[in-house]
Amino acid sequence: MNPSKLSPTPNQVGISSRLGKFIDRTFQYWTVAPLVITLLLLVAYPSYQLIRMSVSEVDIVKGETVWEFVGLKHLETARQDPVVPTALKNTLVFVIAVVIIETILALVISLLVSRSNHFVGLYRTVLLIPLLVPPIAIGTMWRLMYDYNYGFINQALAVFGIPGPTWTADPQLAMPSVILVDLWHWTSFMFLIILAGLESLPQEVNEAARVDGASESQILRYITLPLLRPTLLTAVMLRTIFAFKVFDEIFLLTGGGPGTATEVISLYIYDVFSGQFRLGYASFLALGLALIISIFVIFYRRVGQRAQA
Amino acid sequence: MKKFSIEPVFRHGFLMFVVVFTLVPIFFTLMTSLKLFRDIISGSLAFTPTLVNYERLFDPSQSNFLRLTFNSLVVAAGTMVIVLVIASLAAYSLSRFRWRPLWSGLLLGMILFIHMLPPVTFLGPFYLIARSLNIYDTVLAVIMGHIVLNLPTATWILLDFFADVPKELEEAAMVDGANRFQSLTQVLLPMIQPGIAAAGALAFIFSWRDFLFSLSLTSTPRGMTIPVGISSFVQEYSIRYGEMAAGAFFAMIPALLMVAFAQRYIIKGLTLGALKG
Repeated sequence: MNPSKLSPTPNQVGISSRLGKFIDRTFQYWTVAPLVITLLLLVAYPSYQLIRMSVSEVDIVKGETVWEFVGLKHLETARQDPVVPTALKNTLVFVIAVVIIETILALVISLLVSRSNHFVGLYRTVLLIPLLVPPIAIGTMWRLMYDYNYGFINQALAVFGIPGPTWTADPQLAMPSVILVDLWHWTSFMFLIILAGLESLPQEVNEAARVDGASESQILRYITLPLLRPTLLTAVMLRTIFAFKVFDEIFLLTGGGPGTATEVISLYIYDVFSGQFRLGYASFLALGLALIISIFVIFYRRVGQRAQA
Repeated sequence: MKKFSIEPVFRHGFLMFVVVFTLVPIFFTLMTSLKLFRDIISGSLAFTPTLVNYERLFDPSQSNFLRLTFNSLVVAAGTMVIVLVIASLAAYSLSRFRWRPLWSGLLLGMILFIHMLPPVTFLGPFYLIARSLNIYDTVLAVIMGHIVLNLPTATWILLDFFADVPKELEEAAMVDGANRFQSLTQVLLPMIQPGIAAAGALAFIFSWRDFLFSLSLTSTPRGMTIPVGISSFVQEYSIRYGEMAAGAFFAMIPALLMVAFAQRYIIKGLTLGALKG
């Protein structure tokens, strides 16, 4: 090695260089430090606060936070709260419905797109839009669409002489209306994941099967779908987890109503937190929701590992 | 010679229906935003477009939308810069150095975990933190929430990009006398520019979209962002369709601009590498 390329010896340079060397040697820690600090301050500490709040009554009196330890009182409140089972049931109905419908729709759309040579760019681009648009704008748009008098849907129905319903204000139709908006918003997400999965599948297998005289439906049934299984599982898991987050659109479309027809758990937690200002109880419910999702993630990972084995 | 088949007609017909279904609400909203109230009520397709709804929306004497737009821009830009700095440094460290699996696993696990949790879980603690730091109802409180919201996606995208840069490049720079900081800023970061652009754009857009943090950490136009403004507008004046539509369409503009650009990365960002390819 050329000696002139070696770093200078300590007596040639001063403290600044030694400091520089120290920074260089520990650079891996300096660079990760901002993330660690952020996670400690904005994730670990809030998690601790959340747990603490869920066993306390918390109030703000004259700008000061007042804590009172109440143990498992909120658990008792939750067990007697009639809205909790309703909100859980609505959330489950919503999550199961959107995940199933969106998976099927996205699978069909992506299979069709993957067979196409034309317009693929158009399909991908247009279907990306709903994922980037603010959910509040989505809620507003669909409020305009669903409007009883002047909405697009009822005006279109009127052309055929069909009197339109009130959609989001109708106890029977509120949940399906909200689900339709979610299909508009999130089918794209499943579509893009599944399409990426389809595009990464080896084409040779299909060719070989075709040469052997397999029909298109046999290829789909015995080759494409089995190979796509890991992708589908990932897509379904992520979509399920994200579906539990639903808030903005329902907040704007129905506010959980009419009655409690579309009251989902996130919406109820927000209402307890902001409307009723019961910080402790809201935190207890939020902790419960976090636990449900953690259990789901662990369960899914088990299934995923078994599927890969 | 290839046989004529009817199948592509049905295939593209169905897919075009999906495209139309996706575009109709946006188009209807844009049309509504350009209509006078009487044209909205008549529902006719023939009307003279007007910008009066937008003018009213941005007239400070009639609405605070201008202020909210300013807040939204500050929050989105601030979030983007902070998230990019934290995420690119961390992604660099985690991808270029040897870490004990315990530590890197803990960090990445925590990032994944916050990506999975519904934001509503953070409301209570964040509210208390904002109160005790005296930043409740300011853009700072909203930025704080949005950092948590956006760190996972940005870190994951940048990890991918750093992993693709050959280690030899950095070593070559160090042999030439650069220290680690110089090799990071002068060699590595320029190489992953597309990744930084993608991560930054997504952080901007996901901050711009957020509703819940802004809703719960602000109470006046001092710190509120556009989505909260739209929502309170919709609930207060559910009859002023034109301005509702104008607000919604305006809020969508960054998304529409981003569509072409973000395509390749958004799925990677949303799935946090659960997907190979």
